Amino acid sequence: MNEIMNNQSSTAAVLRDNAQVAEVLGRSYSAGFVTQIEMTGLPPGLDEGTIRALSAVKREPEWMTEWRLEAYRHWLTMPKPDWAKLNIDPIDYQAISYYAAPKKQPKSLDEVDPALLETYEKLGVPLHERAALAGVAVDAVFDSVSVGTTFRKQLADAGVLFCSMSEAIREYPEIVQKYLGSVVPTGDNFFAALNSAVFSDGSFVFIPRGVRCPMELSTYFRINAQNTGQFERTLIVAEEGAHVSYLEGCTAPKRDENQLHAAVVELVALEGAQIKYSTVQNWYPGDENGVGGIYNFVTKRGDCRGDDSKICWTQVETGSAITWKYPSVVLRGDRSVGEFYSVALTHHFQQADTGTKMIHLGKDTKSKIVSKGISAGKSSNSYRGLVKMEKGAERARNYTQCDSLLIGKQCGAHTFPYMEVKNPTAIVEHEATTSKISDEQMFYCRSRGIGEEDAVSMIVDGFCKQVFRELPMEFAVEAKKLLEVSLEGAVG
Amino acid sequence: MLKIENLHARVEGKEILKGLSLSVNAGEVHAIMGPNGAGKSTLGNVLSGREGYEVTAGTVTYNGIDLLQLSPEARAAAGVFLALQYPVEIPGVNNTYFLRAALNAQRKTRGEKELDSMQFLKLVREKLKVMQISDELLHRAVNEGFSGGEKKRNEIFQMAVLEPQLAILDETDSGLDIDALKQVAQGVNALRSPDRAFLMITHYQRLLDYVVPDFVHVLANGRIVESGDKSLALKLEEHGYAGLGTGAAA
Repeated sequence: MNEIMNNQSSTAAVLRDNAQVAEVLGRSYSAGFVTQIEMTGLPPGLDEGTIRALSAVKREPEWMTEWRLEAYRHWLTMPKPDWAKLNIDPIDYQAISYYAAPKKQPKSLDEVDPALLETYEKLGVPLHERAALAGVAVDAVFDSVSVGTTFRKQLADAGVLFCSMSEAIREYPEIVQKYLGSVVPTGDNFFAALNSAVFSDGSFVFIPRGVRCPMELSTYFRINAQNTGQFERTLIVAEEGAHVSYLEGCTAPKRDENQLHAAVVELVALEGAQIKYSTVQNWYPGDENGVGGIYNFVTKRGDCRGDDSKICWTQVETGSAITWKYPSVVLRGDRSVGEFYSVALTHHFQQADTGTKMIHLGKDTKSKIVSKGISAGKSSNSYRGLVKMEKGAERARNYTQCDSLLIGKQCGAHTFPYMEVKNPTAIVEHEATTSKISDEQMFYCRSRGIGEEDAVSMIVDGFCKQVFRELPMEFAVEAKKLLEVSLEGAVG
Repeated sequence: MLKIENLHARVEGKEILKGLSLSVNAGEVHAIMGPNGAGKSTLGNVLSGREGYEVTAGTVTYNGIDLLQLSPEARAAAGVFLALQYPVEIPGVNNTYFLRAALNAQRKTRGEKELDSMQFLKLVREKLKVMQISDELLHRAVNEGFSGGEKKRNEIFQMAVLEPQLAILDETDSGLDIDALKQVAQGVNALRSPDRAFLMITHYQRLLDYVVPDFVHVLANGRIVESGDKSLALKLEEHGYAGLGTGAAA
């Protein structure tokens, strides 16, 4: 409770229009290259045949195929979602290819195609264990499949299962069957249903009772093929008293067409377990005229199933043409804790509608939300959050802080907090601020010798500090760099 | 070092400086005094290149170069420093980090090698000692939640680390109690050197008891109307600006 009480919001003053900060084009997206590699896949189109073919390629058991088909049939009956605060062209689901994979399927890391290794090297994620980040195990997903997972042996020695979802379905069917879809049911929403029908790969993590995962786990998602959707599915289960910290990173080449990324992530924390899930999302955002970019429609949900469990989402969202995601926590166990820390940056014509849901069911449950939205160019950035205190949520508490920072005059920031309180002992707090980078701050930095772009980066970094603090060390540095690159050309 | 000739400047269309001329040599301390609205702060802002201050006539030559052509950050790298009357808060940005970024940006522009964290920390420790400032200041965000006195002291501390050639102090003494004033003055005195010049803009002669200037100028109605030594400040204290014959506060 102290944690919640002690959190003071940054008192950002609303300042007058900024004459200095004007719109200039010229953002650079360093991850925009294309890897030339022989691919295999399914032709565009979606019907039951596609799903059976996908399931067959992946050598899945019959129950998995049936699970997918059931989801597909349900999906067909669902209306397309109402687009929140987003403008979006209709998506042609028959024009998308639902499976793309490098032709050569390696059996181990030593057999991975050099072109792929080079791709990940260029992205700063070396897959050779010698060169890999110390203390971080990586699962690399390229288009529809996992191409390699590092440090598997060390993890296995600790009892931790970390592999691709495809492998998990074959190797650990009991665990997968027990938990898959238990947090996000197949019919949860339009994109979750689509994902359940056609998901191709993703990461699987299982931390057995009492084990603290000895290293950070991470997945690096890369979309490469054209006209392909990426539908990954991630499942993380932490048994009683287990701890794990997991990070995902995402990039894609520059293309003029929009590409669809519709992922589902499910987290299950049993009694006393802690899961920390961090995302650095840098999908291709489209160019300065709003052409191309990834549609990022993601369902992420954690279930604090046991008492005294804790789930923490931290996200840094700088990419995608459209982002639509609300990492949520269901606080089922008594005294369970849910946290959400978010930095969402939009530039040019990017649109982001993101936030969280904290569903309090158990007694003395606590949640904390810190959202930092930064808008530049002609972009639109919305925070949408739901805090729900159900009848049984005795003495539950929520603290929400939403801060928006505007750069330039043509962007927008919106905050949509929803609160439903059905228990009179529950306490919900909400604070929101909107500020601009002021002329005074810019002049102060410049009069000390700091150039305009560096000054903006520095001010934005300061604005995000509360969230960056929550990221694992290695990635806090990466996130900061990413913001700098994403803001290039935001001032003139 | 600095030669201002017939400087005219406008703010929001209104002419504030109306033919100001001033020469400053290395090693000198000049005090600029004058009534409210005389153009004192405008002078500081024009010299450091703040946007919104439009120079309509006149020249400013600094070490042989046309200062007015340079961006604010280029002026900083060339050794011009302005201690602000109202230092700005930058939430979440660590004071030490800010200062190191500033120093290294200046060094880079000058073609000097940037300092690594260890070298920088060593420099900062030395300066803290000289300025008699507690290192608690270093761990906080830039001016965030600082008292008025702490903000002003932080400006002087920044000046000590950046080691400018021309330091402009814009009412650094205003709002300070006597102890804080002495501390700020001591910091300034510690930085006086034959290579460095100071332009101290102030309302009151109080600061000049602690930092004794070589020259005192009275700025009124956008021009220097009288110049002299320390005794001029005392005379002003006694008779006020109204006592000045030549075109004082109109």
